[in-house]
Amino acid sequence: MSTDSAPAPQSGVAEDVKQGPRIAVSALTTNLREYGLIIALIVIMLFFQYTTSGTLFKPVNLSNLVQQNSFIIVMALGMLLVIVSGYIDLSVGSVAGFIGALAAMMMVIWPLGIFSNPLVVSIVCLVVGALIGAAQGYWIAYHRIPSFIVTLAGMLIFRGICQALLGGGSSVGPLPSSFKQLSSGFIPDVIGPLTLIPPTVNAAGKTIVGSGLTLHMTTVVLGVFAVVAYAYFGLRARRKRERHGYEAEPFALFVVKTLVGSALALFLVFQFASYRGLPVVLMVMGVLISLFVFVTKRMTIGRRIYAMGGNAKAAQLSGINTERLTLLVFINMGVLSALGGLIIAARLGQAVPAAGLGSELDVIAAVFIGGASAMGGVGQVIGAVVGGFIMGVMNNGMSIMGVNVDWQQVVKGLVLLGAVIFDVYNKNKA
Amino acid sequence: MRQGAEFLMTSTILEMRDITKTFPGVKALSNVNLSVEEGEIHAVVGENGAGKSTLMKVLSGVYPSGTYEGEIVFRGQECHFKGIHDSERIGIVIIHQELALVPMLSIAENIFLGNEHATYGVIDWNANEKRTKALLDKVGLKEDPKTLITNIGVGKQQLVEIAKALSKEVKLLILDEPTASLSEKDSQALLDLLLEFKRQGMTSILISHKLNEVNRVADKVTVIRDGRTIETLPRKDISEDRIITSMVGRPLDDRYPPREPQIGDVIFEVKNWSVYHPIHAERQVIKNISLNVRKGEVVGIAGLMGAGRTEFAMSLFGHSYGRHITGEVLLEGKPIDLSSVSKAVENRIAYVTEDRKTYGLNLIDHIKHNVTLANLGGVSSRGVIDDMHEMRVANDYLKKTNIRASSVYQLTGNLSGGNQQKVVLSKWLFADPELLILDEPTRGIDVGAKYEIYTIIARLAAEGKAIIVISSEMPELLGITDRIYVMNEGRIVGEMAASDASQEKIMRAIVRGEGKKAS
Repeated sequence: MSTDSAPAPQSGVAEDVKQGPRIAVSALTTNLREYGLIIALIVIMLFFQYTTSGTLFKPVNLSNLVQQNSFIIVMALGMLLVIVSGYIDLSVGSVAGFIGALAAMMMVIWPLGIFSNPLVVSIVCLVVGALIGAAQGYWIAYHRIPSFIVTLAGMLIFRGICQALLGGGSSVGPLPSSFKQLSSGFIPDVIGPLTLIPPTVNAAGKTIVGSGLTLHMTTVVLGVFAVVAYAYFGLRARRKRERHGYEAEPFALFVVKTLVGSALALFLVFQFASYRGLPVVLMVMGVLISLFVFVTKRMTIGRRIYAMGGNAKAAQLSGINTERLTLLVFINMGVLSALGGLIIAARLGQAVPAAGLGSELDVIAAVFIGGASAMGGVGQVIGAVVGGFIMGVMNNGMSIMGVNVDWQQVVKGLVLLGAVIFDVYNKNKA
Repeated sequence: MRQGAEFLMTSTILEMRDITKTFPGVKALSNVNLSVEEGEIHAVVGENGAGKSTLMKVLSGVYPSGTYEGEIVFRGQECHFKGIHDSERIGIVIIHQELALVPMLSIAENIFLGNEHATYGVIDWNANEKRTKALLDKVGLKEDPKTLITNIGVGKQQLVEIAKALSKEVKLLILDEPTASLSEKDSQALLDLLLEFKRQGMTSILISHKLNEVNRVADKVTVIRDGRTIETLPRKDISEDRIITSMVGRPLDDRYPPREPQIGDVIFEVKNWSVYHPIHAERQVIKNISLNVRKGEVVGIAGLMGAGRTEFAMSLFGHSYGRHITGEVLLEGKPIDLSSVSKAVENRIAYVTEDRKTYGLNLIDHIKHNVTLANLGGVSSRGVIDDMHEMRVANDYLKKTNIRASSVYQLTGNLSGGNQQKVVLSKWLFADPELLILDEPTRGIDVGAKYEIYTIIARLAAEGKAIIVISSEMPELLGITDRIYVMNEGRIVGEMAASDASQEKIMRAIVRGEGKKAS
């Protein structure tokens, strides 16, 4: 990093910059987008907490919030990779609808014997999702048909098949309750509940619902464990950087970040624990989010996706098989769309022709609010997830407030526009 | 110098005094002085990143008054430009390196874009075309005003830009690297035009890398280095050596690093390589090329633009160009498969592109990620990247190739051309090739950075690597290679040891090759 060994004349004063403070500043500014987004989410949550007179953070509502929006976030994980690669996928809502219909037909209508078992059906559906992704990705990767067109066609095709499968306008259900656990279930309390305040008993000897405080201990233990792991790994990564002689972000910043994050997480865990524990779908989401953060930040395939989105030609000439990578990105999207479809069906308890209708736009909006660039090469998993939650909290909050659905759309549109304008403005200023 | 300027006050058209421009953390210009006399061609030279473009942006109002210190006096009046419109209104017009023409509009439409002869928004096309015709005559361009920009060459586009400037009643014309993308012939024509304008009394500022051009047309040369004015040389003192000394801050006795070639056995051999055009399938672009490179040898490929050199290199490197590729490639006597880039990399062949921005770098990502991109396996195990290892590698190459950046986290898009080239080189050095093909490795970079690139090439050869250098600059090939192949129209038309090669010999081989084809 030093320039003292320059054998030839110095050129370019613009590059000869002192080191120390710049790194700290750049660490802050590069992460500002992410912090800003999380702060925006918190502000929005507090706003609705206030306007809904405390309903938003009620344990039961938090569970609802997660269960209502999980499919958007699951699909946003796939969409992030699609958009970072420089493509778009408009078909995800229709694919989700189609997979929901397929799952319902397999479990309820078609006589498949043991193959109508929810687990078997789910696996088959995920495989079908992968095939759909591969079919669309094939044209995009190997024949260079614009993704917008291929997936617009897919959007029409799979919505059509979805409706045809369900036989016109009817819905198919009810789905087995074990399947519905995917969306509306909670993790079992293997440790056993802890009653802090016994519920009030009324004159008739019955307990009053909602009174007292009983904690779902498995949730508490898992939550505390996760927070400790978060702090431990954060500290370890810091140590490692310092040991190798590289500057990490300022310690105070790290402490504040970790404390705020942990406090927030513990608060949410407590809320979930005082209701029925962690929703199953939240666990699924948590695992997927961690996986995608790891893949994008630490794995070579993630790095290659960013390189392809940043400059496809340069990536290709660096030995990256951009065609195969594109295909993989769309297969991944197909699988996650299928999972999204299963979550929607499980939540509704039946398959309906309009399942997932228009959700592709929510998913894409979540990714762009999360800071991804429409040009490709830029975007973070955490950004997309927070973007998804921002959309979800606004949906939920405005519904509780009784805002008309039409106006909800207007507000969501304005937030999307505002977020992207904020991004572009920041980029130009830098 | 200041005194001289005051003495000639009457004929001084532009005076920039003590211009200081600071960006966050960087002083781009400090107390720069520039004084231009009426009717002269004033050249401004300096290495990439020395501050020439920044100075011109201050002058043209791209950086508005108030964002810099110092004063600008134009024709006796102090100027405070708020934007480019202010400077254009009083007759300062700048033509940028990247042309700002709309490809799908006609010449006339481009010249009067935003400035059309119109009444109530209805354009009078006859008036526009008549005026365009007159302007085109002035710049000596014989084209129909209705011709689309996309249908004329870069040289003519440059003339259209100048005609556009003339349409604005220009008093001071600033040309930023006008000949960078022009052929020799077009460059000469453009310089002649500048001299013609001078006879008519126009003042111009010429920013250029090409010292022979400066030498030819400039009345005065101002040298800028590290954001400071070093000196202004009058006509009689202008010589290439003198300018270079001033630009780099020390006499550059030798433009090429000394080197003791230690050449071993043939390591890389191409036999009967033929390639057809990717779209026009009947057109053979590369015709039966055979060549070889020895261990520790630097082999040059000379030729004119369009000789097929880049196409040859890219078709070798993972069949990245063309189709119906036939021929054989041997590495250490064994035939190897180069049918994909990853196979080429596995066989330890690297290709450093001529167009680093389009084919070489991910400009929106930082140095670290660019350096390891071609060899991610080298910093990861089972697909998981070891961040610390990657960091070490990136810092290592930052030092080795002397990349000047604030840290490995600087975006490659913000680096100067020379430093970008070093990042691309680093990327391929980290892939640890046996054969390195460098396509125009010093295009568009300054004298100092060129020397550094040559030093790296010499070091690699000394380490026993085989190197092919494709270059259009014949002195460069003569200076750094051991052996030169001459290519023309997809064929090898000559081969000579660098020691008994000369520019004339290379040119003769090219011309002879063309004669052969005609007969």
